[in-house]
Amino acid sequence: MSALVKSSIARKWIMALSGLFLVVFLTQHFVINITSVIAPDTFNEWSHFMGYNPLVQFLAQPILIGGLIVHFVMGIALEIKNNKARPVKYSKYSGNANSTWVSRNMIITGLVVLAFLGLHMYDFWVHEMTVKYIDVQPEDPTRYLHELKEKFVSPVRVGIYVVSFVLLAMHLWHGFNSSFQSMGAKAVNKGEGLKKATYAWSVLIPAGFIFIALYHHFTH
Amino acid sequence: MKLTLKIWRQAGPEAKGKMVTYPLDGVDGDMSFLEMMDILNEELVNKGEEPVEFDHDCREGICGSCNMMINGQPHGPQKLTTTCQLHMRKFNDGDTITIEPWRAAAFPVIKDLIVDRSSFDRIQQAGAYVSVNTSGNTQDANSIPIEKAKADEAFHSATCIGCGACVAACKNASAMLFTSAKVSQYALLPQGEIEATDRVQNMVRQMDIEGFGNCTNTGACMIECPKGIKLENIARMNSEYLKANI
Repeated sequence: MSALVKSSIARKWIMALSGLFLVVFLTQHFVINITSVIAPDTFNEWSHFMGYNPLVQFLAQPILIGGLIVHFVMGIALEIKNNKARPVKYSKYSGNANSTWVSRNMIITGLVVLAFLGLHMYDFWVHEMTVKYIDVQPEDPTRYLHELKEKFVSPVRVGIYVVSFVLLAMHLWHGFNSSFQSMGAKAVNKGEGLKKATYAWSVLIPAGFIFIALYHHFTH
Repeated sequence: MKLTLKIWRQAGPEAKGKMVTYPLDGVDGDMSFLEMMDILNEELVNKGEEPVEFDHDCREGICGSCNMMINGQPHGPQKLTTTCQLHMRKFNDGDTITIEPWRAAAFPVIKDLIVDRSSFDRIQQAGAYVSVNTSGNTQDANSIPIEKAKADEAFHSATCIGCGACVAACKNASAMLFTSAKVSQYALLPQGEIEATDRVQNMVRQMDIEGFGNCTNTGACMIECPKGIKLENIARMNSEYLKANI
């Protein structure tokens, strides 16, 4: 089993599957967040459900954190291995002639997204833990929209969000489509439809998150 | 045509190499790249200097020996072309051309532009074959009907000449395009089915042992492959590998 997990192809599968899991999570996250713009009461209701439902808190959340850790740890481990595979670099390397910058620099966009997640966890997850388990405040199902708007008052924080989501879009542009190639879906190379769908998703979802941040910043 | 050549010179596997600049005059646009290298070497020999070592054999684009990283691209700027089939008319008078060997831990430099590609041989030996009973009752290969589309695809995968341009182009020095082409040419045919499980497992294991990097789907390998080996081969190998392990 350990030999299998060490194999380069098994690692591709792990990266692809964990990435697709995060794509599903991101979609669900967006669906909830967009209600903060179009249906504030629904946003409060769903946020309260996500924050207090034991299945979400003690099953889905640990699975999500596990998926994130697997994706990042494996990505960094593969980057280290790949650097070792070429110990002497070329004095001239024309990467743009055969591949996109985004596809060659997933580690850069990935590390920026990781740094952003640190801020995001501090903003929302640490705050939630403090409210529920440290300060032990009484349940208030109406507090979420107000707290969200408060976070987007600072133009610096909104700027960080915008930049991070642009880099997330770049990461997804290559990663989402290439996960199907990694899993052996030959159709990706032949089926332009699936490829275009992954590209569209990779732009629209991060653009939606940017819109939400800007909307709350300017309507505060 | 007057050129400035910047070439990697390395006396031996353990020696420290460096880029050396050579001016070269009298280059004709109709010369092949290797003929241009021949002229340079003739000049060096006449001056009593060590000629630049480079691999070559057929000079017809089929042996996969003439491996040079030219201006940062394997086999130079022309698509679907090996270095020996590249002509100097692709360059301009006064150009500076940088020439380096393939760079990969699994392709150690032997001398100057020559690298040791025996890691590819070992990957092939690990499984790129079909066992045939040669006791005297050998079945004719053509007695098994194969649909045309599959036969064409298998033949296309088999056109890989094992030059290593895929490894050279890949930012990770990954050998997945090469290995997957060799896996695919058998996976697509009924003759390859019997050993399919062992083949993909053994070849991938050997590929990892050799120290190649991991594929990150940049697609550079396919673009730079002089034979146009497709990324579908990698997808097929990934799927074959999963099938072999479950």
